[in-house]
Amino acid sequence: MAMTEQKVSYTLDSSLETIDSAEEKATRIATDLGFAEDEIMQISMAVREAAVNAVLHGNAYAPDKKVTLAFEHSGNDLVITIRDQGKGMDLSKIPNPLAPENLLKTSGRGIFLMRSFMDAVEIRPTQTGTELKLIKHVHGPTAGGKEASQ
Amino acid sequence: MSMKVAIRQVDGVTIVDCSGRITLGEGSVILRDTVRDLLAKGNKKIVLNLQDVNYIDSSGIGELVSAFTTTKNQGGELKLLNLTKKVNDLLQITKLYTVFDVKDDEASAVKAFK
Repeated sequence: MAMTEQKVSYTLDSSLETIDSAEEKATRIATDLGFAEDEIMQISMAVREAAVNAVLHGNAYAPDKKVTLAFEHSGNDLVITIRDQGKGMDLSKIPNPLAPENLLKTSGRGIFLMRSFMDAVEIRPTQTGTELKLIKHVHGPTAGGKEASQ
Repeated sequence: MSMKVAIRQVDGVTIVDCSGRITLGEGSVILRDTVRDLLAKGNKKIVLNLQDVNYIDSSGIGELVSAFTTTKNQGGELKLLNLTKKVNDLLQITKLYTVFDVKDDEASAVKAFK
């Protein structure tokens, strides 16, 4: 996405390649927008985790289901939206990965990492799946793990 | 760059030099298979040298946890060596830094095995 463009979106297959592709796109766009190196890593990793959620947990690799990924530079924010066509997620059933009893679990850290790396993370069900919105302030403070809503 | 491993022995300890990315898919599978093979062959003192691992995602973190617990459950020990700043930061925010035995030089990692 060139700096002058405001929004770009992609429709992607439910595949491992999509996860790598989403991460690469995020890295390129965050770089173009002038984010610092550590912020670029945070954004690309948050997008990777969101793509993993969409492909693996949402669409479960179903070939007939798509992932849509959109990047929008709006005001002082980079807003990244990832939608899947899965059955949705119950946030209340996602355990706190920092709780002592969960530290040795081999999964369940994706959303935590997104929230750690972005300024805001919004997760909401849609009619056709789940929408994840990742927000990073372009010239704001570095990620503080704040959460806008669920 | 995908994940690559090279295995060597130092004083009865197996050092796994990892390089590339430990992420969902190939990277995680290579790490899992490597540790599984080592344990099957009786190599129960394992050091994962992560000096050249420049990226790890939540699946990769899960794979490290799995390698750690699998080794422990089989009576072995697994340590991490030479974390990059990115991986170090990731283990700090996930509170796993204190779970793993992390070393920053190979000699002390080898010596630390009982």
